[in-house]
Amino acid sequence: MATNSQNLLSAIKSRSGTEKSLDRGFIWLTRIFALAIAGTLLWIATQVTIAAWPAIQQFGLSFLVKSAWNPVNDEYGVLAQVYGTIISSFIGLLLAVPIGVGTAVLLSEDFLPIKVRTVLVFLVELLAAIPSVVYGVWGIFVLIPILSNLGRWLNSSLGWLPIFSTAPTGPGMLPAGVILAIMTLPIITAISRDALISVPPSLRQASLGLGATRWETIFQVLIPSAFSGIVSAVMLALGRAMGETMAVTMLIGNSNNISPSLLAPANTISSLLANQFSEASGLQVAALMYAALVLFILTLIVNILAELIVIRVKRI
Amino acid sequence: MNTDFPERSLSRAPMSGRTLFNTAMTGVAFLCGALALLPLLAVLSYVIIQGFSSLSLSIFTELPPAPLRQGGGFGNAILGTLLMVGIGALISIPLGVIAAIYLTEFSSGKIARWIRFATNVLSGVPSIIAGVFAYGIVVLTLVKLNLGSYSALGGGFALAILMLPIIVRTTDEALQLVSQDLRQASVGLGATNFQTVTQVVLPAALPAIVTGSTLAIARAAGETAPLLFTALFSSFWIDWRNPLFQPTASLAVLVYNFAISPFKNWQSLAWAASLILVLMVLITSIIARWATRQKV
Repeated sequence: MATNSQNLLSAIKSRSGTEKSLDRGFIWLTRIFALAIAGTLLWIATQVTIAAWPAIQQFGLSFLVKSAWNPVNDEYGVLAQVYGTIISSFIGLLLAVPIGVGTAVLLSEDFLPIKVRTVLVFLVELLAAIPSVVYGVWGIFVLIPILSNLGRWLNSSLGWLPIFSTAPTGPGMLPAGVILAIMTLPIITAISRDALISVPPSLRQASLGLGATRWETIFQVLIPSAFSGIVSAVMLALGRAMGETMAVTMLIGNSNNISPSLLAPANTISSLLANQFSEASGLQVAALMYAALVLFILTLIVNILAELIVIRVKRI
Repeated sequence: MNTDFPERSLSRAPMSGRTLFNTAMTGVAFLCGALALLPLLAVLSYVIIQGFSSLSLSIFTELPPAPLRQGGGFGNAILGTLLMVGIGALISIPLGVIAAIYLTEFSSGKIARWIRFATNVLSGVPSIIAGVFAYGIVVLTLVKLNLGSYSALGGGFALAILMLPIIVRTTDEALQLVSQDLRQASVGLGATNFQTVTQVVLPAALPAIVTGSTLAIARAAGETAPLLFTALFSSFWIDWRNPLFQPTASLAVLVYNFAISPFKNWQSLAWAASLILVLMVLITSIIARWATRQKV
């Protein structure tokens, strides 16, 4: 011990200039790496923009409102894909938000013993860990047959509604929406649950003490105070759904037509990229890069909004 | 009994609208929970049943067969996945850990907040965009330099972009949990910042960092979209004289290519590959859970 501290003392005295500059260098190294990670976002944006530049010059903003995708004549527009991206994400959220928030309530209140709850939380998180491509395969072989039967029935009995106006061909908007619901459910559940758990217990006790039932408390006290957290969960899920590629590519049918029917095949920006990128050349690559840029900006806006809400929630 | 003065009783009338609504909503919540678990069980059971029936030893040692030929395997895809995830880990783990060190140890609050914000936004970037980016950065550069085009290097780079935010976030959280006393003790003994971080703080946070990195690796192994046009696919073994600059097979892309093919034997290989991917993710998640639980 004595020799040890002696050594240390002498080490303090003998700390040389090189040691100090090494230390400063280490701090600078960490700083540069940290800034580099933040800079990666900018790097992605610049790189994709540069690669998309020929198409941006050629088509300008009309790219967003035209729905032709014709590599033979070099005519490109992403309206159908933007439509498909937004509608499929919307269907996914429409299914996932009520179930996800309901599950979050179930897992944040004391409906179940705490051990059962921990296991359930873990199981819901596992949903997020299963690779997207596996959902796609499962969707092709299990989900599409089930949904085709449902779709045929919907088409024959409710076919006068525009959203069921076509006979199902197998892949289409509906299977893609359902798979997106399954894949976004864990995000919605996990973040909503965090928001519900962090509501101060005194609020709940006050409400129960005034004679409210458990669900009156949940609807009128807990959910309103966790509302911004739940909204940010939905936004993050939306960002994920818009960027989801493999499962959607395998289930949406990849047709560049805009149809009001949920049973008709459609396309998304990410599916377009997945299908065409490896075989594209010339202006088509630039057009695909332009499409990627559109997707990048869309998801960026959604994700930034979600993060801003999260930050505001944390500050309160 | 409260039947005499129901309106004064503290217990609720069992048949009042409020109580019924309460009971019904509890049922709805349980239904939501069941609906949330249904797809997990459906996917898992289906993949396990289908996958096990086509599992055999040759899967790990042989190359993908021609369509309609029985047997064969996807040893090259397993090696390719390991190679590309390895490249991704080699890039992202040092970068991510060092960046996280800056966030917890040396940064002022404001910069750290911005970098954490950017990291979270980066984790929301769609995986296909990471692929497009890697295509522009690696594939096109390799073409320009005449070194090749679609390659393991491009795939690994794309995976690194996806792993980075996960690693930064888990390391950041792990480092924040290290007690301030340890740092002060170390600095008080005269250690430099470098010594404090590498010999005191990092070892204390190591289990959590390893867990986070393992989860990132498992996640990357299942990523398909960014590999479609960075690594492409190959039905041959990796040429070890030049492993980085050639099209490379991966399990995830194999699942995609073979599942949408019309050939029964390819489809059954896709199931086997799905099973291996799912098992990998499940086992790492469970081990990670268990390891972090043990520590506390």
